[in-house]
Amino acid sequence: MEKAQFQSRWMPYLLLAPQMVIIAIFFIWPAAEAIRASFFLEDPFFGNSTFVGLQNYTDALSASDYKRTAWFTVVFTVLVSLLSLALGMMLAVSADRVLRGQSTYKTLLMWVYAIAPPVAGLIGVMLFDQHIGPLVDFAAMFGWHLQIGVDYWDTGFAMIVVSTWKQVPYCFIFFLSGLQSIPTSVKEASAIDCQSETRRFWTITFPLLAPTTFFLLILNITYAMFETFGTIDQIVKDQPGNSPVTLVYKVFRDGFRGNDIGGSSAQSVILMIFVLLLTIVQFRLIERRIHYT
Amino acid sequence: MTTLRIKDVFKRYPNGAEAVKGVSVDVEDGELVVFVGPSGCGKSTMLRMVAGLESVTEGEIELAGRVVNDLEPAERNIAMVFQNYALYPHMSVRKNLAYGLKNRGTPQAEIDRKVDEAAKLLQIGEFLDRKPSQLSGGQRQRVAMGRAIVRDPAIFLFDEPLSNLDAKLRNQMRLEIKKLQRSLGTAAIYVTHDQVEAMTLADRIVVLNNGLIEQVGKPHEVYSQPASTFVASFIGAPPMNLLDATLSDGRIEIGGQSFAVQQTQKAGPIKLGLRPERLQVASGGEGFRVEVGVLEDLGATRLIHARLGDQDLTIAQDSELPEPSSEALITFRHDDAHFFDASSGRRI
Repeated sequence: MEKAQFQSRWMPYLLLAPQMVIIAIFFIWPAAEAIRASFFLEDPFFGNSTFVGLQNYTDALSASDYKRTAWFTVVFTVLVSLLSLALGMMLAVSADRVLRGQSTYKTLLMWVYAIAPPVAGLIGVMLFDQHIGPLVDFAAMFGWHLQIGVDYWDTGFAMIVVSTWKQVPYCFIFFLSGLQSIPTSVKEASAIDCQSETRRFWTITFPLLAPTTFFLLILNITYAMFETFGTIDQIVKDQPGNSPVTLVYKVFRDGFRGNDIGGSSAQSVILMIFVLLLTIVQFRLIERRIHYT
Repeated sequence: MTTLRIKDVFKRYPNGAEAVKGVSVDVEDGELVVFVGPSGCGKSTMLRMVAGLESVTEGEIELAGRVVNDLEPAERNIAMVFQNYALYPHMSVRKNLAYGLKNRGTPQAEIDRKVDEAAKLLQIGEFLDRKPSQLSGGQRQRVAMGRAIVRDPAIFLFDEPLSNLDAKLRNQMRLEIKKLQRSLGTAAIYVTHDQVEAMTLADRIVVLNNGLIEQVGKPHEVYSQPASTFVASFIGAPPMNLLDATLSDGRIEIGGQSFAVQQTQKAGPIKLGLRPERLQVASGGEGFRVEVGVLEDLGATRLIHARLGDQDLTIAQDSELPEPSSEALITFRHDDAHFFDASSGRRI
């Protein structure tokens, strides 16, 4: 690659500045503020704060509802990530095989992605509504009386369904383009080498999609943990207390509904550390085993 | 014995386009048949129908005595070498070679033996544990051939396997493919648009144009007795000169000049075919007077681009060149003149 030199040595910094400013204002400053606040006990009324050291952390980690929320977050994240991956891949493989009206199928499968999370949440709430929700009626046909907002696991189930539904199109788009980037001749060569279509999928298509899958896995985990906030808010905000929430939602609720800024900051710092570790683990362990063409 | 029998095969696409319009060819045991023609002539479609990658609209394809029209590609006992090699990028060379055998339930010991044998034959033994992305174009080509060989198929199908290689490697691999195919004794179809590959590799050439066979024959037959103006201009480099001429009473007339030829059956307008390499610049005798234009020295031969009346003519020779813009006398032997029907283009 050719090396270009700027006339002024300040030019590169000037060009980088807008991005740096955005990162500073929207990430570094709030993060620093959160770390600072996590060591204080804030008075919700007068703004006085008392230094309490690590007490916010020990309180947060030892609270039974924190453990429960963390556990639900793990279940929620794993299920939403894997279900979106599996469904997205299944739909992409089917759409890739369709010859007639392919673009119609693709559009129908993708449009959900254009919906904003709170709107998806709202639609989800409606689908799972106690009185008019068709999914509640559907479940009732099998003798399962869904009680969203009342039963802990039923609410969790609705959250997982709505969040997955929202993420499937995203996975679908990436898997479809991943499938279409597999050279036709490789598919044909495998058709000559292997008669079973299922076997061909697992030995050729699936490994060649691995980079896409890995990329989506990271994005899905991030999505499930952080971006589902709007969806969860729609489902649980008007309901009584016994609803499952994710750790991110708990940070919001404890901080802004419960006015415990210190405790909420401590929780978000814990989340930050967790995300950092998760990223390192993902890139170190998984990426090494994946073939990139 | 006949390995492959292609009988009146048609290929029509749902949009009505006809790629192959009734082709019949047999491939005998151990024979290498080259399908040659310009792009869009149906040669690749033919090959893909034999492979089972395209359905046959009409007609019959019979491989080793059994009709394979409705069989899956994997059930046909064929092996194909693709233009861009089509190696599995996520598998090592060894796994690439073994993949087809494994899926057919070949015992592991036999797979290992066959892979090692093919690797030795193709001199790719040291690359067996590498991924295709770590190999050069020529090495990938060898792996692709290896993958075909280990299958021990009834027929090899080559789809322009050399067109992604540079000129030098192409000549080398061409020779190797020929040697390999001879020593294995397996029948093969080789598709190419390169007439040099066709001439050098083929036991028999099938010249295709517009979904139809123009001519089938040994390379030399196709070169010396082209069945049509299409074949005449396609096979041979530089291509055969095709001149508009008029035939009457054993004399041929072009651009106001005329002389005697051994062709008396037909009178009227015809196309006269003359190979550039069979024309000579002479100092005397019966022939055409041409106006010498651009000269090209290719080292081994020299090309004279000349004009005969208002028609272009190319002469290839290795002796002294005439002066540019001079006049020259061109002669040829009677049996080097090819006559084609002016309207149908068929050989007379």
